[in-house]
Amino acid sequence: MIAFDEVTFWYDGAARPTLAGVDLSIDEGELVLVSGRTGSGKSTLLGMLNGLVPHFTGGTLAGDVRIDGASIVARPPRELAHLVGYVAQDPLSGFVADVVEEELAYGMEHLGLDPQTMRRRVEETLDLLGIADLRRRSVRSLSGGQQQRVAIGSVLTMHPRVLVLDEPTSALDPTAAEDVLATIARLVDDLALTVVVAEHRMERVVPFADRLALVEDGRVRIGDPADLLVDSPVAPPLVHLGRLVGWTPLPLSVREARRRVKPLASRLGLPPAPAAPRRPAALEARGITVRYGSFTAVDGVDLSVGHGEVVALMGRNGSGKSSLLWAVQGTGDRTTGVVDVDGVDPGDVRPAEARMLVGLVPQTAADLLYLETVDRECAAADDQSGVARGTCRALLERLAPAIPGGRHPRDLSEGQKLALVLAVVLTAQPAVVALDEPTRGLDYPGKAALAQILHDLAADGRGVVVSSHDVEFVAAVADTVVVLAEGEVVSSGPVRTVLAESPAFAPQVSKVLGPDWLTVDEVAAALPAEVVR
Amino acid sequence: MSTLADPVSPSAAPAPGRLRRELHPGAWWLWALGLAAGASFTLNPVLLVVLVAIAGLVVAACRGDAPWALSFRYYLYFGLLIVVMRVVFRILLGGGSAPGDPVLFHLPEIPLPEVARGIQLLGDVTVTEVLVGLYDGMRLAALVICIGAANSLANPKRLLASAPPALYEVGAALVVAVSVFPQLAESVRRVNRARRLRGDASRGTGAMHRVVIPVLEDALDRSMTLAAGMDARGYGRSGTASPRERFVTGALMLIGLFGLSVGTYGYLDGTAPKVLSYPMLALGLVFAVLALRSAGRRVQRTRYRPQRWLRAEYLTAGSGLAVAVGLKLLSTQQVAVLYPDVPGWPPISVLSLLVVAIAVLPVFVAPQAPSAHDQVGGDAA
Repeated sequence: MIAFDEVTFWYDGAARPTLAGVDLSIDEGELVLVSGRTGSGKSTLLGMLNGLVPHFTGGTLAGDVRIDGASIVARPPRELAHLVGYVAQDPLSGFVADVVEEELAYGMEHLGLDPQTMRRRVEETLDLLGIADLRRRSVRSLSGGQQQRVAIGSVLTMHPRVLVLDEPTSALDPTAAEDVLATIARLVDDLALTVVVAEHRMERVVPFADRLALVEDGRVRIGDPADLLVDSPVAPPLVHLGRLVGWTPLPLSVREARRRVKPLASRLGLPPAPAAPRRPAALEARGITVRYGSFTAVDGVDLSVGHGEVVALMGRNGSGKSSLLWAVQGTGDRTTGVVDVDGVDPGDVRPAEARMLVGLVPQTAADLLYLETVDRECAAADDQSGVARGTCRALLERLAPAIPGGRHPRDLSEGQKLALVLAVVLTAQPAVVALDEPTRGLDYPGKAALAQILHDLAADGRGVVVSSHDVEFVAAVADTVVVLAEGEVVSSGPVRTVLAESPAFAPQVSKVLGPDWLTVDEVAAALPAEVVR
Repeated sequence: MSTLADPVSPSAAPAPGRLRRELHPGAWWLWALGLAAGASFTLNPVLLVVLVAIAGLVVAACRGDAPWALSFRYYLYFGLLIVVMRVVFRILLGGGSAPGDPVLFHLPEIPLPEVARGIQLLGDVTVTEVLVGLYDGMRLAALVICIGAANSLANPKRLLASAPPALYEVGAALVVAVSVFPQLAESVRRVNRARRLRGDASRGTGAMHRVVIPVLEDALDRSMTLAAGMDARGYGRSGTASPRERFVTGALMLIGLFGLSVGTYGYLDGTAPKVLSYPMLALGLVFAVLALRSAGRRVQRTRYRPQRWLRAEYLTAGSGLAVAVGLKLLSTQQVAVLYPDVPGWPPISVLSLLVVAIAVLPVFVAPQAPSAHDQVGGDAA
């Protein structure tokens, strides 16, 4: 169905090709997972399938891309719309109409289909994706998972042969992500669609995938997921567990792993002790309520962060995590409630002083960056905090070594950008650091590096609050978890209790080995030396 | 399968009461333009007040809760401003009064040099000149408010969608441009908040720079994403026009424009030969319509559930037009009522009030606009 023939692609002005000599063939009805490190060229590969690369991005493409036997290299995206359905990362920014039903019909109107067909296909698609009750809703009022399903529906109505999805669940909470992925899996079964999907959190898609395409250093390897994951630089925790104890073939789903876990479980030592030392509180918040007009975003929440403690906030999109972080920081709206950091309420002092108490890295971290080079950002941060020149740069060097000082901040990778913003925030020496969804756009090694940074911050005696949808990241980083729903705390406690007890939030290792175990590192530490290879 | 049940389409479900749907935006515009035309035929303040009151009543009864629906009140303020300005200018500059008119109050006259003879600055303020200014201002305000009523009742996106296919691409660009503004406001808010996190309290040009750059980058990113999204879904697919068809379209368009401009000139310039006026206008119009149809044919695009023109649309548009025609006729039949003498109480006739009252018809026939809140199916979490 899809064939790449010696495809090489350069972005304009790039020193090396993003993709070099790619040969690839994907059969009809396959679900292929495209994976690789951030910036490896996954999105470039996907964009080639419908002409967005190079028609929208610029650059030079050599070689041939064929879909259904016909070369598509010279054809712009609009002429391929009937053949390839492309769903971009952020569905909201790609919506054209404001009502769900019209959004679904938009593509068909441009194909010039007759009204009868359009009407039929809209009804069919609404039912297929289970969104019939949303037909008249404004696309902006939908939740993240619903938006993603509408975006998928809006290309399905054109009856494409190939469906391309770029990070369809990266912004979704675990439950919404499951819904979207289940929808995609059903499409492959029911419609015989060829699906190409890029996804950072592979643990969700690997069980469905027929084959895995691994993008590394401009090359693409394609094959059976279990074979390729043996040495892939990105791999879900289950695969790491399999590698650790030498399972072949590697388990790809929790079910497979459970069947083989018996002999391992008997050799494991004692599970890690649920260590919870009493820590002096760095931040005490009582009865925080945030209202926007008649809408209550946060409703009487208590939050306590100890010195040296990492607290994770979890919950659906829109459950009040961001509002809570902003309110606690002092800059955001707060209707009622008190916050105490070293005897001071950050809400009562000027923003410049509040940031010395609580530093916040917002969801769109790049909003904090506005200068032309990394060095100038660092110098500005030093001046704003009134510390010696070079403080920020030294922090940055610790977080992400060797970023060229002359580089434009917008040209940095997601991980580097986050490190720079974190360094700017830390320059003010806040007692508590809050991070809002920092794992967006980070791959597994990036997340591991971030987890290490947060552990180091906690080891320095700071309190850390981090909101995240990423269960595996939270399992690796948090001491305490607070789960919010509709602005209220629904559960809170040590990470082990909260995560392992909830079916939606349990990490893969817990699902396999039981609630005593959260991460592969814990298992590695408890295994006798001769088992670990 | 056209038998798929749709609980909302009028044919399928005779629900109790009127169905919620949007009235065709064209119907609202015809109604409002009819009212505006009617208002332009009279200076009677009572009729004008009744007309504006009816327009306000219809807006209050029929508008939805969409953003544009809330704009009516600004047109009312604008109308008030027009009236006040008119009266103030009359007081300042005088004019319109005859000797012997009752003097309302006296202001010290500012003597002007000989060149400005005929212009009286301040001085005696007569009842007549204030009333003339008031009536004139009220007529202009009524026109503006009628247009405002159309703006708050008709969905602008739907209006563009009902435009001829040849104009679709222009319309789409307009819609995108309009929808960018709320997003910009949201970006500015976000970036400003983030700036405080940096302890950056600077104001003035430095702060501008720090807000504008991230906001513009954001806007540019979003526009590119939207453009890519539209392109990926077939926006701008090439039609099937041959070079010859394109030539024909172009020629028709040129002739049409030529006819329209000559016709307009002939109509406005009373000394021009009559043949240049209405016949040329008609000719230009015919060619312009032909050009649009020809251009529309090569656009390979269809409409999903286009808005239909039903009884409510005919009645609404008809009521507006009836007001226009009625007042036009009365303006020759009952001159004293439509153009009352000043000073003195404006006379009023039952017939003229009845004509204006026709405009209230949409309150009874127009369907209620759908609300964003009555579709709460599914979880909004």
